[in-house]
Amino acid sequence: MKARIFVTLKGGVLDPQGKAIHHALNGLGFDGVNDVRAGKLIELDLADDTNDADIDAMCQKLLANTVIENYRIEKVG
Amino acid sequence: MKCAVIVFPGSNCDRDLAVAFESVTGAKPAMIWHGDTALPDDIDLIGVPGGFSYGDYLRSGAMAARSPVMQAVVQAAARGTFVLGICNGFQVLTETGLLPGALMRNADIHFVCRDVALTVENSQSAFTAKYSAGERVTIPVAHHDGNYFADDATLDRLEGEGRIAFRYAESVNGSARDIAGILNDGGNVLGMMPHPERMIEAAHGGIDGRRLFEGIVEGLLERA
Repeated sequence: MKARIFVTLKGGVLDPQGKAIHHALNGLGFDGVNDVRAGKLIELDLADDTNDADIDAMCQKLLANTVIENYRIEKVG
Repeated sequence: MKCAVIVFPGSNCDRDLAVAFESVTGAKPAMIWHGDTALPDDIDLIGVPGGFSYGDYLRSGAMAARSPVMQAVVQAAARGTFVLGICNGFQVLTETGLLPGALMRNADIHFVCRDVALTVENSQSAFTAKYSAGERVTIPVAHHDGNYFADDATLDRLEGEGRIAFRYAESVNGSARDIAGILNDGGNVLGMMPHPERMIEAAHGGIDGRRLFEGIVEGLLERA
């Protein structure tokens, strides 16, 4: 079983990386970009009997810093 | 008086911190490797040094905070042992939860490496007892992720409880309320982005960092 963990900065938390990407896109002539937020995608290859609570615990304990980040778990196959 | 400096793969200020500890205590600190699960007995002061522990993988300080030795550091801090986290060490301490908030990418994205002016906000802690409240000091910074973030309730609590030890007196990295260093609620844990260990001898270009280490020693002597 695979799980994808999407880690994103919470709304209202300044994202300087996203701002720089936004600026670069504007520099390439893409004027229609209103905002950019950058995050992380972490793919986990898991034992088939891994339960949801464990995946959530992985996010809470390590994969995301919940002071500044949100996470979303997407199970694949 | 026994000191220890934690060494992670990627630490690069561990020896500087060891020199600073030795210069005020007269004794060489124990250098503790990250995989150790216990600290030597009777440690009075633990330094968590600057650098790029674990290559800053995932988030600055995130991997180090989950290393075996940091569990022992958290337990020691709970017993009242002094813990000083500098730069990456500050990031590690927030990731362990010993200090609130998080250190994010500098607001302007640039790595900042220069001497900066700081204001000493609180001279009540052992770490800052040799300074005067409101005093302006110069201590270098060298970091990419020094932009302190915490929610407003946490920031208000830090202010109200006198737990902001140092503030930047100039624009440096976008930190909330210009926070450069904070204390835990017991006053025995300090995390700060600037590097006091790089300003302890005249040959360093200044000695404003030295009093921080002298203050810890005096605090420990008062406890004994």
